[in-house]
Amino acid sequence: MRDLYQSQRAMRAMRQAAMQRGVIAILDIGSSKIACLVLRFDGPEQYSDGDGVGSMAGQSSFRVIGAATTRSRGVRFGEVEAMAETERAVRTAVQAAQKMANVRVDHVIACLSGGRPRSYGLDGQVDVMGQTVTEGDIGRVLAECEVPDIGEGRQVLHAQPINFALDHRSGLEDPRGQIGTTLTTDMHMMTVEDSIIENLLYCIKRCDLELAGIASSAYAAGISSLVEDEQELGAACIDMGGGSTGISIFMRKHMIYSDAVRMGGDHVTSDISMGLQVAPAMAERIKTFYGGVLATGMDDREMIEVGSNTGDWERDRRTVSRAELIGIMRPRVEEILEEVRVRLDAAGFEHLPSQQIVLTGGGSQIPGLDGLASKILGQQVRLGRPLRVQGLPQAATGSAFSAAVGLSLFAANPQDEWWDFDIPAEKYPARSFKRAVRWFRENW
Amino acid sequence: MRSLKAQRPEGVRRDPAPSRWGYRYQRLMLTPGFRKLVKVGVPMLVVGGLIAGWTAREANRQMIADAYNNTKTQLQQRDEFMVKMMAIDGADDTLATDIRTVLPLEFPQSNFDLDLEEMRQTVAALPAVADVSLRVRPGGVLQVNVTQRVPVAVFRAPEGLKLIDSEGVLIQNIIARADRSDLPLITGDGAREALDEGLEIYRVAGPLMPRMRGVVRMGERRWDVILDSGQRILLPTDNPVPAFERVVALNQAQDLLERDVAVVDMRHPARPTIRMNEQAVTNLRQINAEQE
Repeated sequence: MRDLYQSQRAMRAMRQAAMQRGVIAILDIGSSKIACLVLRFDGPEQYSDGDGVGSMAGQSSFRVIGAATTRSRGVRFGEVEAMAETERAVRTAVQAAQKMANVRVDHVIACLSGGRPRSYGLDGQVDVMGQTVTEGDIGRVLAECEVPDIGEGRQVLHAQPINFALDHRSGLEDPRGQIGTTLTTDMHMMTVEDSIIENLLYCIKRCDLELAGIASSAYAAGISSLVEDEQELGAACIDMGGGSTGISIFMRKHMIYSDAVRMGGDHVTSDISMGLQVAPAMAERIKTFYGGVLATGMDDREMIEVGSNTGDWERDRRTVSRAELIGIMRPRVEEILEEVRVRLDAAGFEHLPSQQIVLTGGGSQIPGLDGLASKILGQQVRLGRPLRVQGLPQAATGSAFSAAVGLSLFAANPQDEWWDFDIPAEKYPARSFKRAVRWFRENW
Repeated sequence: MRSLKAQRPEGVRRDPAPSRWGYRYQRLMLTPGFRKLVKVGVPMLVVGGLIAGWTAREANRQMIADAYNNTKTQLQQRDEFMVKMMAIDGADDTLATDIRTVLPLEFPQSNFDLDLEEMRQTVAALPAVADVSLRVRPGGVLQVNVTQRVPVAVFRAPEGLKLIDSEGVLIQNIIARADRSDLPLITGDGAREALDEGLEIYRVAGPLMPRMRGVVRMGERRWDVILDSGQRILLPTDNPVPAFERVVALNQAQDLLERDVAVVDMRHPARPTIRMNEQAVTNLRQINAEQE
């Protein structure tokens, strides 16, 4: 855990350095596309009213000055599969974004959707040392959380305090300065496979970039596509990507649960490819142009040419009706949504006060998906698009970019994580020189 | 399994990804410092190098110098800048000739070749010139405005007669005293420093004026007045003018100087002394003897 603490703190320091320089890049490495946004931070918000009410997610403190997307290669299920290919795709995206921004970026914040994320709820309890709760107490209570066995080869991606309780009062946003004796915290910890992060790190390092932060793409998509009320009252964000479908549940503006289904739009494409006997590229094209999940009578008559590039142009003139296409796509989409339903049920989503479900990501653009989803997931389903941020090109405002935009918001004001608080002094090794320095700094 | 080595058949569209070096190059070019270096530094270096290489040859440098000089001369020799004559105002003929002698200018000459300040100093260095200003008038005329020194006395120096102005500056030589008989004659060591006093003595001479030959500064401290018959009036160091006025008054009352007196010594104000000629003394003694 200490390694993680140090490395995450190093990333935070890197992020601070990037904010100082004012330019930072956002890299969304997905299974179907790699998006790169270059953000410029102009310092504090320019258009705030001065009454302490800023923009909702701090999105006016930065501006997108470069955006580029490229087809992803070498990524499957949101995990790097072929390093060299992925590296080249990242280079393509970063170079194009840099060219648009006309500025060089050195720091990048990345998100990853794969790696079999798992959520854990932790709690810790300490006695408050003084009369009032100090930042040191928070650090202590976070360190006091009992870490479950997360398994071999896994690493913590997020560890966010989501609730504080002081004595019998629970649901405190910020217990600092309050008077009490026992401080309790709930922490949401999310782990992913170690090797996935390692590969991503290595891939970014090979592009001469430095990683200034890493986040789960489900989390990032939730930040950008859930509105404030939904984040407050409880909602689930379903980020339907190419290789995996991320689920994040928000409550009281914190992510309290996250999971991923290892199925996505690519599986729909491969189903079409197999079902219609066409090349994957052709299947992708047919899916995006004619795809749907609700068949109507009209669809029986709409014929789609699926002549694949076999070279036998005269003989290979097959056509399928759109209803047939829908008949291929619908079971797979249903399967994905049912899998999501299972995960949500496992998380106890039905106990939340509000059960809003927001579908976002590139897969959510299938026509009729909201109708299908409301049958499977419940009545409160809507399609979500990312928040509008300054300077984002029109082409990048679609729901496929919700993770990238969410990552921008995450970069602008990240949530407090466990490693943002100082580790309590007694957790240091006894011979630590730092401890002496700290003692001096606190007492002199 | 497909070969892991990249095999790119002919005609297949190339990977849009930039090469590693291409990517690095672009990032390097986006670095502000490096970019400035390339966009400003390198061109400057190249241009500077070319210029330096070209001028390294003697012939090229000479060419530039020649071209520059030609252009400069052509510009300076334009009609608008030519000075065709010199006009001298405020100087008499003698001085004008002197000025033309010390300023040997060949007209026409370019305005740019004239060093007016140096010429002004040359003219101002002439003894007869009190002040001078030079300017080039429109129309190509070098205008010399001279203020001449006014002679107030003739000064007899060991090497000859000279005119002197009120400040004691020697203006010019004259050949004979008769050339300027209207001016008083002053001589002696230190006479130029006490010129005002000497002239004051002349001014109070009154009826003696026709007989005055000159005043002599004696020992740089006092004045002697010389009259035409060789008579000498010795004036004191302090207040010589009242002493001379007394002599003038005495002469008017008693025709003192009509008599055979060689020296009137006024150096002791309480006891004026007269020295007579030897003949007069003899005569006086005879007269005294006859009376006894």
